[in-house]
Amino acid sequence: MAEVIQIHVNGDPRDVRADATVGDLLRELAIKTERVAVELNLEILDRKEFDQRSLKQGDRVEILSFIGGGAPLDMYGRGRGFVYAE
Amino acid sequence: MQNDPLTIAGRVFTSRLWVGTGKYKDFAETKKAIEASGADVVTVAVRRVNITDRSKENLLDYLDPKKYIILPNTAGCYNVEDALRYARLGRAAGVSDLIKLEVLGDERTLFPDTAGLIEAAKILVKEGFIVLPYTNDDPIVAQKLVDVGCPAVMPLAAPIGSGLGIRNPYNLKIIMEMIKVPIIVDAGVGTASDAAFAMELGADAVLMNTAIAGAKDPIAMAEAMKYAVYAGRLAYKAGRIPRKLYATASSPIEGML
Repeated sequence: MAEVIQIHVNGDPRDVRADATVGDLLRELAIKTERVAVELNLEILDRKEFDQRSLKQGDRVEILSFIGGGAPLDMYGRGRGFVYAE
Repeated sequence: MQNDPLTIAGRVFTSRLWVGTGKYKDFAETKKAIEASGADVVTVAVRRVNITDRSKENLLDYLDPKKYIILPNTAGCYNVEDALRYARLGRAAGVSDLIKLEVLGDERTLFPDTAGLIEAAKILVKEGFIVLPYTNDDPIVAQKLVDVGCPAVMPLAAPIGSGLGIRNPYNLKIIMEMIKVPIIVDAGVGTASDAAFAMELGADAVLMNTAIAGAKDPIAMAEAMKYAVYAGRLAYKAGRIPRKLYATASSPIEGML
């Protein structure tokens, strides 16, 4: 059995294979790479790097994409800091 | 609007109504309203992907990035550092260097922190972004934003989502006269006449979200806004008559009995 490490993805702990890359993680989550930005320990990655960058114990990964928003996100108290996309 | 394009930093925009994509009931309504508005620029926010429920649909399933210019914003950022982070994430998630820059100063009014805005704009321009800053109706701040390299300025008409309309037409007019880049009136529009008024003043475009999304019938309001912006633009180009205190007869006196 492959060794497992724990990382944080969008704030939540998650176990991944010790040899997994960012690209592997996105595939596991069924996320289309052309529509997301990925931050690995506060470093924004180029899409071309996803399959090269391997994950390490304790890494913090943020996966973001576009959601509805315009001038305002105030009415429902949304849009302050990192919140879950709806 | 045919044959009346708006050019910013070498990019050509065919519509002078730009719309936000927040606050709609669902993506189907968002899509219909945007189609009815005729806008070719849509603003979006950048947020965490929901990784626990991947069945949820994505906004871009409904808005073809080939058909619309997707303009990411830094909504919800209250300091320079956050605004820079979201701007860079927006560029990484998308395909262009366009960013609608917001650095907010206060949660109740959502007024911009103009000092932070100028600082963030300066940094992002150096990083190659095309920075479209959401700012106050302050001509001096608008000029400073141009000085740091913003190719357009987006002053507010009233607080975001307030629907109060054009609160300070005189300041906006001064901005339009003083500032030599396109002016996009952003935020505060409540109904079609507000949008027409902004365009009659000489705005190059109007950006709105709540006035459409919050209307009882967003799709009908989107269409109303399309015509309002069109009418306001035509009236501006046609040149209105001066205001006079007393009447001027339209019919000649000559030939009367």
